[in-house]
Amino acid sequence: MSASIHRRPLMAEILRNAGPDLLLVTGLGQTCYDSAAAGDRDLTFPMWGGMGAAAMVGLGLALAQPAKRVIVATGDGEMLMGMGSFASIAAKAPRNLAIAVFDNEHYGETGNQSTHTAPSGQGPVRSGAGTDLAAVARACGITDAATIRNEADVAAAVQACRAAAGPLVRVFKVVNEKLPLAMPPRDGALLKDRFRKALLGAA
Amino acid sequence: MNSRCAGLRWKQAVAADIVRRLPDTSDGQGMTAEIDWRSQIFEALQRHDVRQVAYVPDAGHAWLIEQCQSSNAMQAVMLTTEEEGIALLAGAWLGGQRGVLLMQSSGVGNTINMLSLARSCRLPLVLVITMRGEWGEFNPWQYPMGQATPEVLEAMGVFNYSCERPEDVAPTMEAACRMAFAGPSAVAVLLRQRLIGTKTFAVE
Repeated sequence: MSASIHRRPLMAEILRNAGPDLLLVTGLGQTCYDSAAAGDRDLTFPMWGGMGAAAMVGLGLALAQPAKRVIVATGDGEMLMGMGSFASIAAKAPRNLAIAVFDNEHYGETGNQSTHTAPSGQGPVRSGAGTDLAAVARACGITDAATIRNEADVAAAVQACRAAAGPLVRVFKVVNEKLPLAMPPRDGALLKDRFRKALLGAA
Repeated sequence: MNSRCAGLRWKQAVAADIVRRLPDTSDGQGMTAEIDWRSQIFEALQRHDVRQVAYVPDAGHAWLIEQCQSSNAMQAVMLTTEEEGIALLAGAWLGGQRGVLLMQSSGVGNTINMLSLARSCRLPLVLVITMRGEWGEFNPWQYPMGQATPEVLEAMGVFNYSCERPEDVAPTMEAACRMAFAGPSAVAVLLRQRLIGTKTFAVE
């Protein structure tokens, strides 16, 4: 049952040969750093706060830019905090939106406690609730939602995130690991302005 | 199921009752009947090229929400909670579209941390807020957030302007949209209960 997918190669795969038609939004914490490690770019909007916001930022962006592909890459803790977003996204059903959850079953930024996606029955410290985010997404109305556990399935799942009809959710069970720091810029106004300039030609 | 259906009918009855007003002693000019301020809000959204309208269902905004849902130029986005709207509008602006969030004052408390997003990234934000918990409010559970709303907005760096009379609405919406989209800055328009009518539950 232990995860074998590593998050940094996963993010690198999501961004592989990314052109101007791929818009990436990350959650705060590790997915933010993963995006920097994979190569920071103007059309990535890495978030440093607003926990729970990532999927909805992706929805607003996807509705505004229907001809572009929008991928939200975020963690299990961040997605748990914005779980209602699945229902709001299902209601609008944008075909160009994919959500990739990097699920390491831990709050890696804040003391490494288990999240609700960790299995239950692991004792008082390590237990989660066995929450299945892909099942939550389906129950909210996003019909194409799946959990990816094996390295062998990553390429196809990433390809779906890049190109399949959305909205779709892929929950990648990733290794809970300490990784070298990699940080994109932290100034929110700068991140917003560079994104708009690259996308729209004007900040 | 029966109790849920009964609950729905009760809600509809309450919604119908919301338009009832407490006696208006603010002026004797009879202005309230002549100014269609709800239409003026919609016109302001059209004039400022607003494309995404996020909303948490609210009887005070019901007519406006329907107009936005029916508009070909706008995407109406229903939310499960108000902070989703702050995030949605951040994404809209990143993608080159303007948006507004229609909500009740009770939802302002839900948005507090998410307002950091607007402030940290200097994003435009227009919050059109129907007030609860003030001016003759029947439900005391609404008082705390209703009374704290202006202070909470100020604490998070959101300008807020009140509309107590119908003639306040059009100029306030215009001012808010200009400051938000040209600023960019975060601006709240508070539609006070004195303007929208007080929820009474028909107990008087």
